[in-house]
Amino acid sequence: MIHQSAAQMSADLAAGSVTAVELANAHFDRIAAVDGDVHAFLHIDREGALAQASAVDASRKAGEKVHPLAGVPLALKDVLTQKGVPTTCGSKMLEGWRPPYDSTVVTNLKKAGVVILGKTNMDEFAMGSSTENSAYGATRNPWDLSRIPGGSGGGSSAALAAFEAPLAIGTDTGGSIRQPAAVTGTVGVKPTYGAVSRYGLVAFSSSLDQAGPCARTVLDTAMLHEVIAGYDPKDSTSINAPVGKMVDAAKKLDIKGMKIGVVKELSGDGYQAGVLTRFNEALEALVSAGAEIVEVSTPSFEYALAAYYLIAPSEASSNLARFDSMRYGIRVGDDGSRSAEEVMNMTREVGFGREVKRRIILGTYALSSGYYDAYYGSAQKVRTLIKRDYEAAFAKVDVLVSPTCPTTAFKIGEKSDDPVAMYLNDVCTIPVNLAGIGSMSLPCGLAPEDGLPVGFQIMSPAMKDELMYQVGGTLEAALESSWSKPLYASAPELAVK
Amino acid sequence: MAAISRDEVAHLARLARIEMTDAELDHLASEMDLILESVSRVQGVAGADIPPTSHAIAMQNVMRPDAVVPSLTPEESLSGAPAREEDRFKVPQILGEE
Amino acid sequence: MALNYDQALEKYEPTLGLEVHVELNTLSKMFCGCATDFGASPNTQTCPVCLGLPGSLPVVNAKAVESSIRIGLALNCSITPFSRFARKNYFYPDMPKNFQTSQYDEPICVNGYLDVTIETEEGPKVYRVDIERVHMEEDTGKSLHVGGATGRIHGAEHSLLDYNRAGIPLVEIVTRIIPGTDKYAPEVARAYVAELRDILRSLGVSDVKMEQGSLRCDANVSISPRNSGVLGTRSETKNVNSLRSVERAVRGEIIRQANRLEAGERIVQETRHFQEESGETRSGRSKETAEDYRYFPEPDLLPIVADPAWVEELRAALPEKPSIRRKKLQEAWGVPDKEMAAMVNAELLDTVEETVALGAEPTKARSWWLGEVSRLANEKSVAPTSLIQPSEIAEIISLIASGELTDKLARQVVEGVINGEGNPRMVIEKRGLKVVSDDSALMAAIEAAIASQPDTAERIRGGNIPAAGALIGAVMKATGGQADAAKVRELLLKHLGQG
Ligand SMILES: [Mg+2]
Ligand SMILES: [Zn+2]
Repeated sequence: MIHQSAAQMSADLAAGSVTAVELANAHFDRIAAVDGDVHAFLHIDREGALAQASAVDASRKAGEKVHPLAGVPLALKDVLTQKGVPTTCGSKMLEGWRPPYDSTVVTNLKKAGVVILGKTNMDEFAMGSSTENSAYGATRNPWDLSRIPGGSGGGSSAALAAFEAPLAIGTDTGGSIRQPAAVTGTVGVKPTYGAVSRYGLVAFSSSLDQAGPCARTVLDTAMLHEVIAGYDPKDSTSINAPVGKMVDAAKKLDIKGMKIGVVKELSGDGYQAGVLTRFNEALEALVSAGAEIVEVSTPSFEYALAAYYLIAPSEASSNLARFDSMRYGIRVGDDGSRSAEEVMNMTREVGFGREVKRRIILGTYALSSGYYDAYYGSAQKVRTLIKRDYEAAFAKVDVLVSPTCPTTAFKIGEKSDDPVAMYLNDVCTIPVNLAGIGSMSLPCGLAPEDGLPVGFQIMSPAMKDELMYQVGGTLEAALESSWSKPLYASAPELAVK
Repeated sequence: MAAISRDEVAHLARLARIEMTDAELDHLASEMDLILESVSRVQGVAGADIPPTSHAIAMQNVMRPDAVVPSLTPEESLSGAPAREEDRFKVPQILGEE
Repeated sequence: MALNYDQALEKYEPTLGLEVHVELNTLSKMFCGCATDFGASPNTQTCPVCLGLPGSLPVVNAKAVESSIRIGLALNCSITPFSRFARKNYFYPDMPKNFQTSQYDEPICVNGYLDVTIETEEGPKVYRVDIERVHMEEDTGKSLHVGGATGRIHGAEHSLLDYNRAGIPLVEIVTRIIPGTDKYAPEVARAYVAELRDILRSLGVSDVKMEQGSLRCDANVSISPRNSGVLGTRSETKNVNSLRSVERAVRGEIIRQANRLEAGERIVQETRHFQEESGETRSGRSKETAEDYRYFPEPDLLPIVADPAWVEELRAALPEKPSIRRKKLQEAWGVPDKEMAAMVNAELLDTVEETVALGAEPTKARSWWLGEVSRLANEKSVAPTSLIQPSEIAEIISLIASGELTDKLARQVVEGVINGEGNPRMVIEKRGLKVVSDDSALMAAIEAAIASQPDTAERIRGGNIPAAGALIGAVMKATGGQADAAKVRELLLKHLGQG
């Protein structure tokens, strides 16, 4: 039963052929069996999950109307607060911290009766593309345990690919939902900035961060999207408008007459041949489904990566200043002789990992007087150019597409000593965050040379997230019919312990 | 020439309140050089007429009414405190200000 | 030989600038819904937002924005069409996020002014204080320093933090350099803060209690050799928590800097703390290694674009300016400039007004508050208004008018009220301060006086009315001051055939 889609689990729960408690337990069994190898989870909340599952079962039994996803299990990225449940952000800094409040995403999940199994691993404070930067050890890609599951939300994507959960929440600052989805053969959506409340999402880069749904199918992500999205007065940047009909869009399976733009700048040199092969096959599938493909140029994308690696670290250097050991989190060196300042310095030395320190220092530099205009200021201007590129492109086409990543999953350790090479992994996903638009990654096959999943990225205009679901749903159906089964069904069996 | 010196990195580490060993500073200075070289591409791309974008989705005047909502209990507020004394956060001595 | 103030001023010219932080009296905090009650138990008014817990986000209090705009309008500022919050990044344990959400290059109000009047040797003089900006920000928490010998921060073993104050809305009002104050810099500083406080009070936007910290003044002072044309290095004095201290702090800083320069030392750009006891300032954090605050636009908040129609609405609804109100009061009361200025300087105008509103005659109200009550308050080093209520002064004045008290008795009543003996009636009762108004008792005393001074009585009979003073005095003496002098005079003259 764990191999089904969330939509199927939802139907089974509604039909009464399975209970939420049974479903939760089946997933806990699976986690117990495979997570020793995968290491997708940092914390399992068995008690909380079973309490929620029982409550949902009781409601259903009493004939109460419940949300379709009530009782469906979910894996929550450890960057979102859940009251009383450890929230570490993959950092030693927050070891043992149990927040006294729920993030709005969690509030919405609880309201819908979704069963939160536990918290998933991630690159520390969401900084990374491989989940190797977790203070609690790396997560492994279920397709090949020697490879990375993507990052920063590698725990969530790995949990989906390993059938440890049918639904997951990720957060995406520069690709942290989509790149893990791409390299694990799952689906991940970064909604339009402001569509999902950031309240309770531990900030990495406030103007880029966005939580979103992850699952194994487009329809499942659409269902989850509708649960977590919506206006939240606690987040000033939350969009005050009704949530679009994502599920309807995902079920439409019709893109006749749609114009789909292929981003010229997001292909070519540096792209793995198999990635481009599968990407082009997907384009053909879209044409067969009645779409018109046009090539679109977005000249400023060339500078997106550089702009991102200034804006995100700058905001992060400020957002992460609060981790100073005064109010929460670990404290180091407080032996009664040291000043608060010394204890802060020592705690931050020990509490933060290398990548986090690197970005804090970079951000501190980019914001400092004398360098602000040259770095942070210039980056924010590039952002304007990228936004304009998108606006121009969306004047011509309905959605834009590209590979999600230049390559399939790389080996654990392969890029950990070369930050710049690591950053290049996000080249396709980053422009989306800078412009605040919505984007999805869905699997488009396995690369012939290594048999690993390839991600297909769909980008839709701001506040028109339905469009990517419409295109994604259609493409998924077309590809699955050509493969005669979903891609995730061909994932290798994991050794069960 | 290196874009950033070890002393500069040390200054940044002080600003950011991160203790660093000399070896760490050396290593970081060389990494920062590489990173800065690649990110400095942003300079001069956009002309003076291009406004900076701080929020991708432009909105304005988002405010809340001046109404009191319940606070956390002190117990909840202090639940994560590394040290406390009654209902206050206990911290090491604060230097430099009256 | 150390220079005194006058000597310092002979050689040096002071330059003055003032920054005032005002805590707004909104119900909830700047960016969260926590209450703002003063004196609440520690950390009872805190939430994820004002504690800076990971994941929390700010949302702007609309009332705080409105109050800020009203302050700007009252200070003749332009309301900027586009204003933004920025993060001011620096580490300090009482600041939960280790950045202060403030405004930087895009404040809500700019380019205003405030005219203040001070008494100079050449008479009243008006100084125009230019306001550079009015911006919004948030307050920090409060730290309590425990252990150590002095209880001060140095030598403290640890500190205890209460974040109830963290996130309370602050408005910072920054002046430009105030030109031409010369030796009156201390008086101008005080008059500016007093006038600003009156305006803020009339707007109803703040409690403006300096002693509780809801109005805080930082004085930036520098000096330069006369006619040198160079601007000296400035110091910023904080911790000034009364109007009197504003004046003393500026004066003290001018003297200190002059003496430093005389001694061949240089002035350090630094924060200094005013010491209430000594009237001097003490060095705080040195700004030699200038903090780099790394300001950038607050990504969690959106710009404020003030609707011009709304601004005009707020402007139209502004209360009367305190200076205009003062002019009107002065006319209504018919008091001379000097007395009016005295009331303003003593910060007793509101109190006198309240006393008058309760029926007291304006000159009487003024003289009681500025005279007897102020004298006693001075002895005790407290504010006159903390000693006795306007209603009690009004009652005493009315008892004098009706002849139930003499001025002398009334002074004893005031003293009794201040000593906590109860309200005026109770004091009169307990102390037995009734005026002797029994005609027969008075007549006995009058006759005794006439008998002791027959010559004087004869002169009065002969029409020398002013001579009555001596006999009235004798009667007053004989009755222990408890007689009504007017009544004595009336009875005496009548008795001697002059009534
Ligand atoms: Mg300030
Ligand atoms: Zn609060």
